[in-house]
Amino acid sequence: MNKVRVLVGTRKGAFVLSADGKRKDWTVEGPHFAGWEIYHMKGSSADPDTIYASQSSGWFGQVMQRSKDGGKTWSTVGNQFPYDGVPGTHQWYDGKPHPWEFKRVWHLEPSLSDPETVYAGVEDAALFRSSDGGNSWTELSGLRKHDTGSRWQPGAGGMCLHTILLDPVDPQRIYIAISAAGVFRSDDAGSTWRPITRGLNSNFLPDPKAEVGHCVHRIALHKSRPETLFMQKHWDVMRTDDAGENWYEVSGNLPTDFGFVIDVHAHEPETIYVVPIKSDSEHFPPDGKLRVFRSRAGGNEWEPLTNGLPQENCYVNVLRDAMAIDSLDDCGVYFGTTGGQVYGSSDGGDTWAPIVRDLPAVLSVEVQTLT
Amino acid sequence: MIRVLLPAHLRNLAQVDDEITLTVDGPVTQRSVLDALETSYPTLRGTIRDHGTQQRRPFIRFFGCSEDLSHESPDTLLPDKVADGTEPFLVVGAIAGG
Repeated sequence: MNKVRVLVGTRKGAFVLSADGKRKDWTVEGPHFAGWEIYHMKGSSADPDTIYASQSSGWFGQVMQRSKDGGKTWSTVGNQFPYDGVPGTHQWYDGKPHPWEFKRVWHLEPSLSDPETVYAGVEDAALFRSSDGGNSWTELSGLRKHDTGSRWQPGAGGMCLHTILLDPVDPQRIYIAISAAGVFRSDDAGSTWRPITRGLNSNFLPDPKAEVGHCVHRIALHKSRPETLFMQKHWDVMRTDDAGENWYEVSGNLPTDFGFVIDVHAHEPETIYVVPIKSDSEHFPPDGKLRVFRSRAGGNEWEPLTNGLPQENCYVNVLRDAMAIDSLDDCGVYFGTTGGQVYGSSDGGDTWAPIVRDLPAVLSVEVQTLT
Repeated sequence: MIRVLLPAHLRNLAQVDDEITLTVDGPVTQRSVLDALETSYPTLRGTIRDHGTQQRRPFIRFFGCSEDLSHESPDTLLPDKVADGTEPFLVVGAIAGG
């Protein structure tokens, strides 16, 4: 019997939501790490019972946790993230040089083949890797030391490396995204990097087509087509079919092309999901209606999915790491809101129901499909 | 014997219910107490003071004998009553209102 396990990181702890393959009756466990911010949890696809969690606090800094039993019990692992060499500076909000300072881990990406290997995206933007189950971390400093690094600037939420995509076909290829530096690709397992931003257009930049400075909110790919990426940018939904060499806009008929999340159906590589948010100054859905938009054409033509979602007086946000897709035959889609609801759909988005609705603000949602 | 009282979040992290008692060799200072604390409870490393600089994290305070010791040098001797275990060394998280 198939099962799913949804890992929810919130402002005040972690929650694990479990159900069988029907995804109708849910068990809620938590809070784990009560009172701490859990920016992200993610399980290893090579060993689903190995789960990593980023636990942090404005008071007590960064703590890292690992579970070896599917989230029932946890142990602390290494929480030192030393930048390689003399870190130097990036640009601050005022345009002046500012020293690189570690603040927190935003995103964890376990290796596709080795449960002891995991990548961490951190603020101030850098990529770390552990090959001993999180006990020690080494920076892949070719990214931060890229020629453009000294020109990177934080977005309003900080200068965070928030997305890590490991190519499922080519183990040498990694994509990462940084707010507000852009999107980068490595073809040598993280040693060297280059921006892949051709086609992005950001009107808040002095040069809207600059090589770096784009506020990329999230990127996603389907495992069968790793050279096709989808991007929710600060404004604009974008797509590339050549591994980021060229991007083009696919916002189409969306009511607004601002938003944070984007994800791809498990079995239909041209079916994608976004949650439009009104604007960068009004972080809530347009017209008080919480709508997921689905395109079955890889973008441009979008349909609103509303069945089971609040269609009046809804003013929550859906943050960048707060959508996930399971891989059951009837694909499940999940997302969490800043209002503490986690919604699930067991039919590809046609209908929705809240799994829980009164959690702390949701920062991240991941799902594991278990057999 | 030194008595140390942690804030709730750090007690949970260290998996202790109450005060911690430590033995400190040599002069009893913030540094020697925190060194002993982190040796006994490695999971607390980085949560009270920075891994690299060893500086107190900004929203942490150290109290003892009704005094704020936060701005003392880490190598200043702690009050006698902390050093002899009569009074605890308090690690305090700054208050956040709202």
